[in-house]
Amino acid sequence: MKVETMKARTDTDHRHRGWRQRLDVPVVTAFGCIVLLLLFGSLYSSNFLSPEYLLQQLKVGAFLGIVATGMMLVILLGQIDLSVPWTVTLGAMMASAAAAHGQVGDVLAIPVGVFCGLLIGIVNGVGVAYLRIPSMIITLAVNAVAQGLMVAYTGGFAPGDSASPAMRYLAAGTLVGVPNAAIMWLITGGLAVFLLRRTTFGRAVYGIGNNETAAYLSGVPTQRVVMSAFALCGALAAFGGVLLAGYAGKAAQSMGDAYLLPSIAAVVLGGTSILGGRGSYLGTTAGVILITLLQSILSVMQIAEFGRQIIYGVIIVIMLLLYGREGTVR
Amino acid sequence: MKDWRFHLAEQRGTLMALAIFVAMFALYVANHPAGFTANVVQTAANKGVLLALVAMAQTLVVLTSGIDLSVGMIFILCNCVASYVVSGSAVATALGITAVIAVGALCGAINAAIVIFGRLQPIVTTIATGAVYFGTALWIRPFPGSSAEFNSVLADALTGKIFDLVPASIVVLLGVVVLVWLPFQGSVLGRAVYAVGSSEQAAYMSGMPIRRAKFAAYVLGGMLAASGGLFLTFFTYSGEASVANGNTYTLYSIAAVVLGGVSLFGGRGSAIGAIFGALAFRAIGDLLFVFNVDPLWQPLFQGLVLLVAVSIGSARLFQVRNRLELFG
Repeated sequence: MKVETMKARTDTDHRHRGWRQRLDVPVVTAFGCIVLLLLFGSLYSSNFLSPEYLLQQLKVGAFLGIVATGMMLVILLGQIDLSVPWTVTLGAMMASAAAAHGQVGDVLAIPVGVFCGLLIGIVNGVGVAYLRIPSMIITLAVNAVAQGLMVAYTGGFAPGDSASPAMRYLAAGTLVGVPNAAIMWLITGGLAVFLLRRTTFGRAVYGIGNNETAAYLSGVPTQRVVMSAFALCGALAAFGGVLLAGYAGKAAQSMGDAYLLPSIAAVVLGGTSILGGRGSYLGTTAGVILITLLQSILSVMQIAEFGRQIIYGVIIVIMLLLYGREGTVR
Repeated sequence: MKDWRFHLAEQRGTLMALAIFVAMFALYVANHPAGFTANVVQTAANKGVLLALVAMAQTLVVLTSGIDLSVGMIFILCNCVASYVVSGSAVATALGITAVIAVGALCGAINAAIVIFGRLQPIVTTIATGAVYFGTALWIRPFPGSSAEFNSVLADALTGKIFDLVPASIVVLLGVVVLVWLPFQGSVLGRAVYAVGSSEQAAYMSGMPIRRAKFAAYVLGGMLAASGGLFLTFFTYSGEASVANGNTYTLYSIAAVVLGGVSLFGGRGSAIGAIFGALAFRAIGDLLFVFNVDPLWQPLFQGLVLLVAVSIGSARLFQVRNRLELFG
């Protein structure tokens, strides 16, 4: 059964019937806002509609896009991963550290970074799935541990190792004019869509997000699915960090701090319910583009940092008020 | 079940937090070179009270089964506001303090309005409003500093010792508990906050004032975070719009709430537990200091202690007879 039909049947508060039933309101609204933002920007400067600018935005957005992909998996389960900031940093630092080991290091840099993220994700997953610790707490604690590990490892300074050539190529290079980072995002996104729509794992993720007890009674190995989702989230966050290190040339302390709240905001702006069980990957993509564009336009317009923060927050609230409202208690 | 056992069971989380704190603090003063002196206690109290106030604010929201990720930013915003208005004569200072608390209440009211009437999830709402509050703080205080006539007499009095013995900050905290938390907890609104957190549906069906209860929880939370911001100003004599500081306090407040035995699912726990949770969490850092742990390893130990502390709760899994109970 397709998600849309399932959703329409289970969602009794759904007021839009008929043709509107098939229209994904959040996704359409999000894309509408993207167009509005671009039009608004083009009033300021025609550069906003140039292909170079748009490609540049895709490249910058790719890092957030990859991190948000993992976050979306976890949010679909009705959980949350607050360990993203230091998982991103840890992935970047471990990959750069591996890259320092000559030729072997160059080859292994990316796998090592992603693998470390996977381990962090597995710790989160074991805590949530098997120890039944609320995800907000265990991921918070794991974030603190990851931070502690990295501070102890680097001595609190930016590590001296720099990114491997492969990392630089994937993050900053281009292939026939298209930034490689954007291609990486496309591949990640394609795999995520396949995983969510065409595999039992994906169905199980939606099922658990809707009702974990029901999913368990239907024979879904809920604990394994939850753990795998967290592991994937960790791996993707670390992969985002690896690319980010390639983009910047090297890893830095707290480079991941700027990714936690935007990734949650992107997923939610894309129409995924924070309670889990509902949402499409297309929406998350829209959310990521929206947030990237918003940040870019605000900084191009040379609005001071405080103004950017305020506008950013207000826009998220307004957009969510348009379509993110929950039902009332009855 | 006998009456006292019932009451004991209800306070188990708080008592656990108290026990953890007492054990850690005892270990701390026992190993401190200066021993159990008023100065050692004062330093520990001043550090702990900041987090304790923010943790109390977080508790109120968590009790309604929400979460406030903007609490650190309210704290920072009020710190910046206080660095301007807590100055001049006694009357001006009093007005300034009122203004700071009002700012906190306003922030809480905005959160509450969006959550209650906008029907958005607290977690996403407060992410967004947190950005707004931080932006405002940065706006009024782009660079760290304070007003020329900052009332440092009051600041010294409130961070010092009464009769050279009792830390004034602890007395203030006690005052907040006795004058604000205990009456609130016992009031109809306070009971409604617990009811909403346990089951919003049941609370609604029972005719509880659920909207007013939630509103009160957020507004009171904002005011408590504002008192935390005031105290930060008293300690540092200045206001600083630091995003790192805001995020740290938000995360630590959640950690303190968890250590304090407040259920993140709502309806269970007490702000008093959260206070001990906050003091215990602060004591971790102090312990590492007296045991001469390399400062570089401190974040790791702090994280590991937190990890172990939150895993203790899963001991209940051994009592589960039916796997379906897991999903409850």
